[in-house]
Amino acid sequence: MDQLTYWIEQAKPMPGAPGVCQLEVSVETWQQLARDIAADGGRLLALWVDCEPAMTVRVAFLTKSIVLVLALAVAESSAGYPGLADSFPAAARMQRAAADLCGVRADDFDTRPWLRHAAWPTRYFPLAPERQAFEKTEAVSDEYRFVRVTGDGVHEIPVGPVHAGIIEPGHFRFSIVGEKILKLEERLGYVHKGIEQRFTQMQLLVGHRLAARISGDSAVAYSWAYCQALEGMAQVVIPPRAAWLRALALECERIANHLGDLGALGNDAGLSFGLAQFSRLKELWLRAGEAAFAQRYLLDFIVPGGTGMDPSVNGLSGLVTCAGMVGATASEIRTIYDEHAGVRDRFTGAGIVTPELAARLGLTGLAGRASGQSFDLRVDLPCEPYTSLSVTKVWRSNGDVAARVEVRFDELSESLRLVEQIVQQLPDGHHLVDVAAPAAGTMGTGIIEGWRGAVFIALTAAKDGLIGRCHPHDPSWQNWPVLEHAVIGNIVPDFPLINKSFNLSYSGHDL
Amino acid sequence: MWKLLRQTGCVGIVTEPPPGSDEALRIADSLQLQIKSIIGRALCIRQIDAGSCNGCELEIHALNNPVYNIEGLGIKFVASPRHADLLLVTGPVSRSMEVALRRTYEATPDPKLVVAIGDCGCTGGIFGENYASTGRVANVIPVNVAVPGCPPSPSRILAGILTAISSPRAITSVSDN
Repeated sequence: MDQLTYWIEQAKPMPGAPGVCQLEVSVETWQQLARDIAADGGRLLALWVDCEPAMTVRVAFLTKSIVLVLALAVAESSAGYPGLADSFPAAARMQRAAADLCGVRADDFDTRPWLRHAAWPTRYFPLAPERQAFEKTEAVSDEYRFVRVTGDGVHEIPVGPVHAGIIEPGHFRFSIVGEKILKLEERLGYVHKGIEQRFTQMQLLVGHRLAARISGDSAVAYSWAYCQALEGMAQVVIPPRAAWLRALALECERIANHLGDLGALGNDAGLSFGLAQFSRLKELWLRAGEAAFAQRYLLDFIVPGGTGMDPSVNGLSGLVTCAGMVGATASEIRTIYDEHAGVRDRFTGAGIVTPELAARLGLTGLAGRASGQSFDLRVDLPCEPYTSLSVTKVWRSNGDVAARVEVRFDELSESLRLVEQIVQQLPDGHHLVDVAAPAAGTMGTGIIEGWRGAVFIALTAAKDGLIGRCHPHDPSWQNWPVLEHAVIGNIVPDFPLINKSFNLSYSGHDL
Repeated sequence: MWKLLRQTGCVGIVTEPPPGSDEALRIADSLQLQIKSIIGRALCIRQIDAGSCNGCELEIHALNNPVYNIEGLGIKFVASPRHADLLLVTGPVSRSMEVALRRTYEATPDPKLVVAIGDCGCTGGIFGENYASTGRVANVIPVNVAVPGCPPSPSRILAGILTAISSPRAITSVSDN
């Protein structure tokens, strides 16, 4: 038996998402296991710090068999811990964010702040239990050292935080020669609004409302992940109908987002026809969704114990009819995209991430599947009802904008098929059961494959039914750094198209 | 090309009438005329996400689809605040976006209007005020019209925009129906 298998067998199961086990480790094991998991092709899922009851760094990995959570106790807040960026480059920003929020640093070389700008002083740690209040008027400097590129003819283009479109805010620093991009450096954190601290002021039984508002385009994925963790901790099994309705909602969310992106991508490639067609389809889809769920965007559909409402038979059949229409029209437009020389020219070869680079950097979710990282939780670590839905996994290995478009088209038809299947096989019965707040100290996790990738929630209960800690993790954390690589050598005017083909979340990342 | 034209022809014009003569909102039937009488030209909007969850942005995007067809009403979204008559702001305003929002407001030429979108833009919503959030948009810049909802529907957002240009300089709340 090798070392990794040995440690996996030592890990204790955690409530919530299927196949999640936790292992308390020493500093030596922490580093060694991370290297072993990286060598074995494991993926970094999330890294965060819990300040209570004792300062603990936690990291979740997707290994070949399970999700393994490592917990490393950190003696005091000033002491560092070994960083994991060597084995998992995506860990770097997560470690910097944890340092900003909790005051515990990794020993990796990049110690610049990440989420903290000038909004709060360096001595204030929002998640530390003994944090001291500060005056809003206190001046805080915001000097961020961007990496400079020098040489003949190199110059910088700073973009944002306010962007020239209806987009979330963030800053991009391009170093360019002519119109060719030599380097892109992202600076995020502009929409940090204190979500993790806000969670600690809420009751466990209402936290799903905040979870749904972490990233509005992934409301179903987040609220399901939150409820999955909570229900596991409270030892509640939701009725089969509730699980199937949640999957229906998740697929509806995926369809709406893919329709929006496919239109926007056509538009960014200069074919406004695509935007007009797909934005119309999305509107029809949202209206069919509203008729079924009484909401266009499902921010309040999933609640602890099941779903907030039960769609009528008419609503569900309307959804199926609309799915048929959307599928037929989308495949017509797909032919037009495929045959349009201008669109092909812009899509093909733009923003390439090779499968090797994707594996090294940990590219995940939809963008990962376009670069040969064929991982989909609905297939590889399914929860109820995906265990009985037999989802067809979609992937490509070209890794360019065209591949990300193709993955979206294929996932769109698969999700439309799933909507029909779910409605046909929807079990009868209740859609909601009671959930009592779990005991203080209980910890659980939720993992749901949202449209962008795997959404992860780590939840801890405090006394009096309050949330002790809730750490939400968006797949954008892994994918934002890869975008910096994807644009190298491309021209600046292709950036909006490449960026859109990833369509990463700012709010879900900045928290 | 034939397929493209056929698809366009098959769909036809799907634009719906805009939210109409709601007395409470003081919007007349002839929107085009009314906008012209107040602004004297097309209305240009600059949208600013000052900290939202992106939910409101999705519904603001929908205004550009053929069903709401906001450009057909002479209203369009522009890329710079210097070209804008109206700022459409979602919240809560994060403290890291406070300066950017103020600067965008200052860069917008007078006379200007501000419409706050969504529960968070109106009140701070579920996020409220904390070390990283300054809450509602009106805590940072003057607001003329506030449209609640989580997120508000495209027609409510449109009603809010039209209310702003029909009764400038007064804080109005567009009720959620």
